[in-house]
Amino acid sequence: MKTDKLIDVLSANVEPIKGGELRHALAVGLGVGGAIALCLMFAIFGLPADAFRSEYVGLKGLALALTLGVAAVGAGFLVRLARPGQPARLPLLPIVLALFLLIAASCVTLALTAPSAWSRLMLGPQWSACLVCVPLFAVAPFASLIWALRKGAPTNLRRTGAVAGLVAGALGAAVFALHHVGGSIPFITLWYGGPILLCTLFGALLGPRLLRW
Amino acid sequence: MGIRSDEPELRALMLAGLNGDAAAHKALLTRLSDSLRGYFKAQLARTSRGAEDSEDLVQETLISLHTRRHTYDRSQLLTPWVYAIARYRLIDYLRRTSASAGNLPIEDAAEIVANDDQAAVDSNLDLDKLLAGLTPKLRQAVQLVKLDGLSVSEAAAQSGMSQSAVKVSVHRGLKTLSRLVGKRDRS
Repeated sequence: MKTDKLIDVLSANVEPIKGGELRHALAVGLGVGGAIALCLMFAIFGLPADAFRSEYVGLKGLALALTLGVAAVGAGFLVRLARPGQPARLPLLPIVLALFLLIAASCVTLALTAPSAWSRLMLGPQWSACLVCVPLFAVAPFASLIWALRKGAPTNLRRTGAVAGLVAGALGAAVFALHHVGGSIPFITLWYGGPILLCTLFGALLGPRLLRW
Repeated sequence: MGIRSDEPELRALMLAGLNGDAAAHKALLTRLSDSLRGYFKAQLARTSRGAEDSEDLVQETLISLHTRRHTYDRSQLLTPWVYAIARYRLIDYLRRTSASAGNLPIEDAAEIVANDDQAAVDSNLDLDKLLAGLTPKLRQAVQLVKLDGLSVSEAAAQSGMSQSAVKVSVHRGLKTLSRLVGKRDRS
């Protein structure tokens, strides 16, 4: 085929582009994925009756703020990753900063506690549920984010997949946090942070396969 | 980073094209195709590959530029966007022709300016064969609007589809074509 012919084909009846298509797709992806994860959580655990018991409201608030914050920052980053030729490094800083603060706070908490009580702090009830449920609840958001990103043109597939995994993991953790009662700061760091990191890793592995265009 | 000196002009063409100006879009693709040809020939030579596939790459990139136009951020420069897509197509090509992309030399956006080349404007892509890979509905829409040059309303009248169905079919058809172009070498 002649290149001139192709150019004729491509430029016949050009459709106007509104702009904002990418943001729209990602917002839909986040919304749909989050909603499915929420339904899954309700289906498994039912409505969290005592989920907002006063003694743990602070911790629950912290977990929700952190996970939703990470998801929001990551989602903003995804918009840039889906656009070719945009420098994309800086926005990860707040996430790394939050992680360091969390680890530091965990160390302080542990230092203030007798070593004999450490295992109770770290392995509070439901740690295994955390490990299973966060990735489980992340599956739907991950799938819907990949769907949205495929409408874009990510050029660094591994990094884009990793951030999609991170956002999905954080959303999954936020949904689990709604149900989860109890825990401590070290518990959240370990059993929320760990599974989210796992999701990020899976995203990095799957990105190059799923996002090719 | 080298940003080409005709960046403002190209960007103006791109913006007009995004607003539906077909002539500007055509002018943009024509000018970019010359730069892309020079870029791919130079890059393929540097990776000790034959330059004969460069026209395929030019055309694949043009299709990508067109079908992914909505990923261009109007507030940004155009050249880095074009360059990133061209580089992605090159790496993808090297990968699927089972060469290592590791020996791709470091370069920057200046490379895309370096050599315009208007020779060899034919590729191994066969449009008819590619079109045969579409479903009848998509093929008809692409044929009427893109090849016969009918307007959307004329195409709708002739095919019996609604206008929005024609638009959607053309869009899907082009997306599918760009996927078929990528698969061609792997089969």
